[in-house]
Amino acid sequence: MMEPFRTFTGRVIALPMDNIDTDQIIPARFLKTTDKAGLGASLFADWRYDADGRPRPDFVLNRPEAQGAQVLLAGDNFGCGSSREHAPWALAGFGFRAVVSTSFADIFRNNALKNGLLPIIVDGEAHRRLLDSLAREPQAEVTVDLAAQTLKLPGGVEVSFPIDGFARDCLLEGVDELGYLFQRHSQIAAYEARVPDAVRTL
Amino acid sequence: MTANNSSLPTGRPRVLFEKVWEEHVVAEDPGSPALLYVDLHLVHEVTSPQAFAGLRARALRVRRPDKTIATVDHSIPTHDRSLPITDALAAKQIAQLEDNCREFGIPLYDGTSDRQGIVHVIGPEQGLTQPGMTIVCGDSHTATHGAFGALAFGVGTTEVEHVLATQCLLQRKPKTCSVRIEGLMPPGVSSKDIILALIAKMGVGGGTGHVFEYTGSAIRGLSMEARMTICNMSIEAGARAGLIAPDDMTFEYLAGRPFAPRGAAWDAALARWRRLPSDEGATHDKQVTLNASALEPMITYGTNPGMGMPVTGHVPDPASLPDPGQRRALEKALAYMSLTPGQALLGKPIDVVFIGSCTNGRITDLRQAAQVLRGRKVAPGVRVLVVPGSHRVKAQAEAEHLDAVFKDAGCEWREPGCSMCIAMNGDHLLPGQYAVSTSNRNFEGRQGPGGRTFLASPLTAAAAAVTGVVADVRTLADTQVRPYEA
Repeated sequence: MMEPFRTFTGRVIALPMDNIDTDQIIPARFLKTTDKAGLGASLFADWRYDADGRPRPDFVLNRPEAQGAQVLLAGDNFGCGSSREHAPWALAGFGFRAVVSTSFADIFRNNALKNGLLPIIVDGEAHRRLLDSLAREPQAEVTVDLAAQTLKLPGGVEVSFPIDGFARDCLLEGVDELGYLFQRHSQIAAYEARVPDAVRTL
Repeated sequence: MTANNSSLPTGRPRVLFEKVWEEHVVAEDPGSPALLYVDLHLVHEVTSPQAFAGLRARALRVRRPDKTIATVDHSIPTHDRSLPITDALAAKQIAQLEDNCREFGIPLYDGTSDRQGIVHVIGPEQGLTQPGMTIVCGDSHTATHGAFGALAFGVGTTEVEHVLATQCLLQRKPKTCSVRIEGLMPPGVSSKDIILALIAKMGVGGGTGHVFEYTGSAIRGLSMEARMTICNMSIEAGARAGLIAPDDMTFEYLAGRPFAPRGAAWDAALARWRRLPSDEGATHDKQVTLNASALEPMITYGTNPGMGMPVTGHVPDPASLPDPGQRRALEKALAYMSLTPGQALLGKPIDVVFIGSCTNGRITDLRQAAQVLRGRKVAPGVRVLVVPGSHRVKAQAEAEHLDAVFKDAGCEWREPGCSMCIAMNGDHLLPGQYAVSTSNRNFEGRQGPGGRTFLASPLTAAAAAVTGVVADVRTLADTQVRPYEA
């Protein structure tokens, strides 16, 4: 069981560049860990810290308003590149509960959904509107309502976002997919009885 | 092409992807994703530890260890394997994979095995990768195996756990995109240039939500290894998988490999595989075309694989991009690469050349690089790493005395692994260094913090090695650069 995803209101950090890849979200040298926990400190490590490990004051995650932020506003095709689930682990580890973008890379989106990190797709206009709000008011907040599939922008405008219905229900109920897969045990066994093995490694 | 509709109750023409997909759907509840059966699960040390920990926490076993294979590739050093691994974290990760495989009964090609190598190199060379199969791995370059007409894609660690526990995945059916590549590649151009040109054309998100099917005369003329190079980088255009219909080239490659079927089983498999190509009249959701005969050797200038151009080209100007998100990304890329708009890359001094990876670490790649390096010397001050993709590739190269060509030229001849493609194993660039690399990603810091990567083919990389600058292999004196099937 995971923590059920509840409606929340939180501050937003903007990183409005296109094609932010998973090597930026969590550089490969941090993938030598054998745990899921503890990756939040290395989120965006090469943008966030200098070569001596000191925080770069100009990077958005090091600004005071980033502390406690729950939503990341990113550019198009966020999470492209590798399949490393360390990327959503690091984002969630930092405290993010949702990423807002105009699109997400497929594997990242899947991985995020399995870790209670909501990938929210909005159109270009809503994206611009949110970015403008943050430029005026860095402390501005949004409200994420997954059941209603709405994102309430600063100023009260609500935009709806698409999400896979199955993934939504899993998130709202805090159910992980493995339980669902296990319920299909007899169907899997029947498939294996019917279809010959393509290859055997042993 | 022969239509295969007769075997279907509906007679609806299907594309290759649909045939493989439909064969593997175990169940599909209304509104829910399909339960997709996985024929082969490839496992490596980096994306599996948390999945095994999950199994242990729930007291689960691996459902089909006999459909699972593990190896070490990302974290393993490429120096002498008899030496200890000095990086304590890497050593722990590798030891943990060994423990996990022992505990759960999974076959492992460890660092001492003569079958060890990059997971996407060893699957095909062992004959584990076969047409019509579903193959997954916690690694985005699993797309490589699509070259055999398999549906192969990368998954996250949670999904690795799902497959270990149930041999199945929950998946929504993706859309399909046909990528038709026609024409004959000119001399000096190889499959790496085809895929770099395609990604430059489509962008790194152009294939999102889709599975590619590569078709056309240029693809048909390519060797299996060259096809793997193309399918491998499908993910760099955003497509999780890229397939090529199997043909006689595929079957010839597979015949006699350790895990390939034999005797009557081979004949039966062949009959099955011949039914896989897309039916006449079957359609894709999207189409893209590329003319291979108009291509030049390609090189990337930026920090994603879509930022590519002919090696003779000039770095684009961010001011020319109308979209602010794209403009910011290119500005940041050029600042990172320390390049200016309008600059030519030809003649740009480089520090390191890396020849290897799951993209270009196979024997034909090494043969091409050796063709340029034979009888030449690496330019002064340039470090050149040649890292075979597997032990089998290494042994073959040594049987052909390619190792002598590389060593005589002044290259480092290393043990197999991912090495400087992902820079997790001690092989990495120093801050500010420029590399011409045959790998697949030029993301910031990918080859080491502060390192700057120009992606290119093995031919172009070898040309950089001997000249010490970004060079056009077609202009190297005394080099017979011929058109390649590779």
